[in-house]
Amino acid sequence: MDLVLDILSWIFIVAGGFFGITGAIGLFRFPDFYSRLHAASITDTFSVGLIILGLVLQSSSVLMVLKLLLLLLLFAYTGPTAAHALAKSARQAKLEPLLGDQTDKKGEAP
Amino acid sequence: MSKIFGFVLVLASFWLISSGMFKPLLLSFGVVSIVIVIALTYRMKKKDAESFPIILPSLRLPGYLLWMVGQIVASNLDVAKRIWAGKSAISPTIFTVKATQKTDVAKVLYANSITMTPGTVTLSVREDVLEVHALSSEAAEDLKKGEMDRRVTALEAA
Repeated sequence: MDLVLDILSWIFIVAGGFFGITGAIGLFRFPDFYSRLHAASITDTFSVGLIILGLVLQSSSVLMVLKLLLLLLLFAYTGPTAAHALAKSARQAKLEPLLGDQTDKKGEAP
Repeated sequence: MSKIFGFVLVLASFWLISSGMFKPLLLSFGVVSIVIVIALTYRMKKKDAESFPIILPSLRLPGYLLWMVGQIVASNLDVAKRIWAGKSAISPTIFTVKATQKTDVAKVLYANSITMTPGTVTLSVREDVLEVHALSSEAAEDLKKGEMDRRVTALEAA
């Protein structure tokens, strides 16, 4: 039983790590500020969620589980708030978003 | 009054989860802290009508949260796929959607739900019009169907 839990929790933690890296790569790969914001939001929802789920399976007491879930709640509040604050201030500073299909724009400076 | 009761419940569970100690001394510190917070919030209430905005009282909230988790997982996979596919897979758009909610709390919940699902970010809220930036036109179309809007509005009713 312990082995099954360990394997499951490791799957979650490794998957969380993978999505964290995916978010970081997207941060560099996407062309402009707004699209990078979307890549970053992968990290603070899915990656965090999976890692915390993995840690929940590792934890020994109910209190620890509740604390981890509280952490998840904290991320659920702060993530969108920060993303919205960034997007709104960028919009108000008149940062022009790159719009439309990006297929034919390879190599063009953002 | 029921709002204050709910607030006390939230604060008390927050204290207990964070401390995890059930010694009388620490519990009494918790009680004192809660009383101070309630007193401060009550004073602020004279300036701000929404001093206790945490709770949107609805029985459908757990169902909505569950649906949100599904949405977040699906859109995460979609955005991750686009990241690995590279720049050619995205087509950023800016568009507006109408929020049909009446209360501010529900509007905030809707706008935050949009921001929380990767692929869409709320840029601004003016009256009942939300300006949204989407990573791909598919994500934009998905949001324009208005299912999320309907679900949040349904939370208000119940």
